[in-house]
Amino acid sequence: MSVATPLGLYRHGTSAMHRLPAGPKLAGLAVLGVVVVVARGPVVSVVLLALAVALNAAGRVPLRPVLRSLLPVLVTTALVAGFQWWQRGPAVAVEVAADLLSLVLAAGAVTATTPADRMLDLLDRALRPLRVLGVRPDLVALAVALMLRTVPALLTTAREVRDAARARGLERSPRALLVPAAVRTVARARATGEALAARGIGD
Amino acid sequence: MAQSRPSHAVTFDGAAVVAETTAPDGRADRLTILHPVTCTLTERRVAVVGANGSGKSTLARLVNGLATPSSGRVLVDGLDTVRDGAAVRRRVGFVFTDPDAQLVMPTPREDVALSLRRLPLDRAARDDRVRAVLERFGLADRAEVSVHALSGGQKQLLALAGVLATEPSVLVCDEPTTLLDLRWRRVVDDLLDSVDQQVLQVTHDLDAAARADRVLVVDRGHVVFDGPAPDGVAHYRDLMAVR
Repeated sequence: MSVATPLGLYRHGTSAMHRLPAGPKLAGLAVLGVVVVVARGPVVSVVLLALAVALNAAGRVPLRPVLRSLLPVLVTTALVAGFQWWQRGPAVAVEVAADLLSLVLAAGAVTATTPADRMLDLLDRALRPLRVLGVRPDLVALAVALMLRTVPALLTTAREVRDAARARGLERSPRALLVPAAVRTVARARATGEALAARGIGD
Repeated sequence: MAQSRPSHAVTFDGAAVVAETTAPDGRADRLTILHPVTCTLTERRVAVVGANGSGKSTLARLVNGLATPSSGRVLVDGLDTVRDGAAVRRRVGFVFTDPDAQLVMPTPREDVALSLRRLPLDRAARDDRVRAVLERFGLADRAEVSVHALSGGQKQLLALAGVLATEPSVLVCDEPTTLLDLRWRRVVDDLLDSVDQQVLQVTHDLDAAARADRVLVVDRGHVVFDGPAPDGVAHYRDLMAVR
């Protein structure tokens, strides 16, 4: 089963967010990133957070997976916000927390509504000028797509290894968790490489 | 099925595979996985049978350059799998036993599109082609679901779709039905029987092997039989019965 993460899988749909081309979406995300850093004060940050939530709603991104994937981010955010509250007061705490969440949510909305194929096309086009330097844009685009795809796969691997360790009563042994996780990750990388080679992708 | 297509040739010219390993006492050792094989395969349906670890998968991997011969050569339509690797892989599609190893994109549509990126198609043409391929393999209604949500049989069908989308001339399958239930095995078998491609299938399914035009039996790194299907299957049964 698929694991929901902030970089979770694309969900098919026909909403306005889905129809928007990948370029403007990614550009918008970049602008949001800049605005979040430049703008000061909790009010702007909360408005941006509302905007990020609205983007998810516009893309009809299902609520439950988003919440589930947001959980680790929420924990981090709570810790950071708590520290800021103590150090610099509630206004800064709200600003920092809202900034973090809106970036993650907006990025999630973009990945959930943009097929990997379109992202590849976009990267391919954007990197074309680097061809003079000997860079092959299609390969770079493929590497990025594989990286995005690997994040959920790594989480699945971690869960499988934990289950296997638990089945043998070894859940407290770091070696029983880390070694197989590392071995499986390398094995997976090799299998993916072979699959790409067999399909002639990257030749 | 009568075919007017030009036939293709996979040629093994003394091809052998030797691996460097470490002996139990720590010294470097050489393990022969496949002893020199010489034969020319032009039949439309070729089956390779043999015990686990006999070297039959290595034989299959030689055909598209996934494995390279330590000595000798392997040629596909006259192209050397080492020197002209990219050209060979454009001609030879390869299907693994485990489709999870082969499917790299999150959805069927994207996975087939990945295969087609190699062809000079614009986006609209590629989308059309993807749709046609999924339609042909009965996966049109699964185009946008997560690959993980497909059944084992559907995944293998998708792996085949991704490989056949680029219309290679030779299709190599390494135990394509080993993980499938009876129903899906029949679906994949029927598909492999019907495609225009020359098919080289490594299999443990002796019924499938018996339908081939030519059977190779591999045992302990040697091709010990090369000939018509009924004799090949009988030879393999005898071989296994003695052990």
